[in-house]
Amino acid sequence: MKGTNNILLAGFGGQGILFAGKFLAYMGLLSGKNVSWLPSYGPEMRGGTANCSVIISDDPVGSPIVSRPDTLIVMNLPSLDKYEDAVVPGGKIFVDSTLITRKVRRTDVEVHYIPSTKLADENEMGTLANMIITGKMVKEVGGFELGDIDKTIDKIVSARRENLKTINRKAIDLGFSYAE
Amino acid sequence: MTEPVLMKGNEAIAEAAILAGCRHYLGYPITPQTEIAAYMAKRMPKVDGVFLQAESEIAAINMVIGVASTGRRVMTSSSSPGVSLKSEGISYLAGCDLPALIVNVQRGGPGLGGIQPSQSDYFQALKGGSHGDYRNIVLAPASVQEMAALTVKGFDLADKYRMVAMILADGTLGQMMEPVSISEPEAASTEKPWALTGTDCKRAPNIVNSLYLEPDALERTNIERFKKYALVEENEVMYEEYLMDDAELCLVSFGITSRIAKNAIVAAREMGIKAGMIRPITLWPFPKTALLAAADQCRAFISVELNMGQMIEDVELAIRCKKPVFLCNRTGGMIPTPEDVLAKIKEVNKIGGAQA
Repeated sequence: MKGTNNILLAGFGGQGILFAGKFLAYMGLLSGKNVSWLPSYGPEMRGGTANCSVIISDDPVGSPIVSRPDTLIVMNLPSLDKYEDAVVPGGKIFVDSTLITRKVRRTDVEVHYIPSTKLADENEMGTLANMIITGKMVKEVGGFELGDIDKTIDKIVSARRENLKTINRKAIDLGFSYAE
Repeated sequence: MTEPVLMKGNEAIAEAAILAGCRHYLGYPITPQTEIAAYMAKRMPKVDGVFLQAESEIAAINMVIGVASTGRRVMTSSSSPGVSLKSEGISYLAGCDLPALIVNVQRGGPGLGGIQPSQSDYFQALKGGSHGDYRNIVLAPASVQEMAALTVKGFDLADKYRMVAMILADGTLGQMMEPVSISEPEAASTEKPWALTGTDCKRAPNIVNSLYLEPDALERTNIERFKKYALVEENEVMYEEYLMDDAELCLVSFGITSRIAKNAIVAAREMGIKAGMIRPITLWPFPKTALLAAADQCRAFISVELNMGQMIEDVELAIRCKKPVFLCNRTGGMIPTPEDVLAKIKEVNKIGGAQA
């Protein structure tokens, strides 16, 4: 990731949108970048849609609000409807194709469809669809070492929960190696 | 400095307060600052401190008065409607010359308003907010690192001048995470011979009181207090100048909007418009001298704020209306994009303002 990455993650509350964002922000921090993480904290997070702005940059972060993402991760249809047009031309959209059945309408962006919720169910990691789609994003956006992933997981998952580290790592790998 | 960790602005305030020696937190939950109370609830018992969720904001601020009287470092935090409830107590703290740190993580108002970020308590924090002749030191952080640093600074200034220091943040700064390094500050050793610590029958009792029924005594007290305020204005002004060396347009902005303004200034400069910014870090004392100096250099000023135009009045006063001051604002919990600010810069650049 050279320059600045403006990432927006969006989905339902409970899908782990904020956690996936925290993973990306920490990965940026551990690889020596400037980062910011800003959640939605309105009534929507109490059972509705959740979203999260993450900026990873070589320069100090100005506004932490991502209004024109170059990378969009969406895990439900209302989020795709809401943010599809906000993506900058040439940007990347990552779609959970289990939960979003329509295609992206934009033709000037790069789109990746990952059935992350289905993959999570099949691999008995029901709550980790967020990390699967994030793994795919890390692969496609590039710029990170695989070692950064382990370091990041060590940082954000409590040491008392070793089993969670393993399964988060496995979920990210699933997404990272997923062939469309 | 310790290795940076990601923390929410609210958590950074709480951790910095503990490191600054605060062992008494009295509060009442309200969005978007509840993480401060949650963090204190978790941490205070581990450092033999007191976390107390009061029955209301009013109770909390009166407990703050009690702790402050004993000379201990004490803080409370709230968001806009909650700070209104505390305002009587803030006046009493001023009238008793007591140090305390008060945090306002602002949300949209007036009334119950909303829960999204705002800077519409500028007047409340700066222009009284409660009754009587008094001032608060008002600190305006613009990053999670500054949330921590200005918390420590706030305690030091409050002790040094025996007055309230207020952190005026907003919902964005409270909720966002950024890398922050917080290390133990050097212990500030402010003697507090005025504190109510028990006489041990060895000295005359200290009295903490704001009641003066004789008007000449009250006048004398107020005049003395304003000598102290004059010292604060002389010694404690903090601000950041951003690309001001050759600036022709001067943006003035604090807190979260100053970061949006920075993006817009970079974009404006790419288009050949010489914009810069003066960012007040202390809102009181306000960086009047720096602004007045900029008025000789710049054609126009743009006040960027999250309200209907409050700080703009202080900008106009500071520059003695030498140059036009324009407003770039959103309110009610809305936040301008860098593009909105850039559009205003372009508009002001076109109409020109006065000649430098």
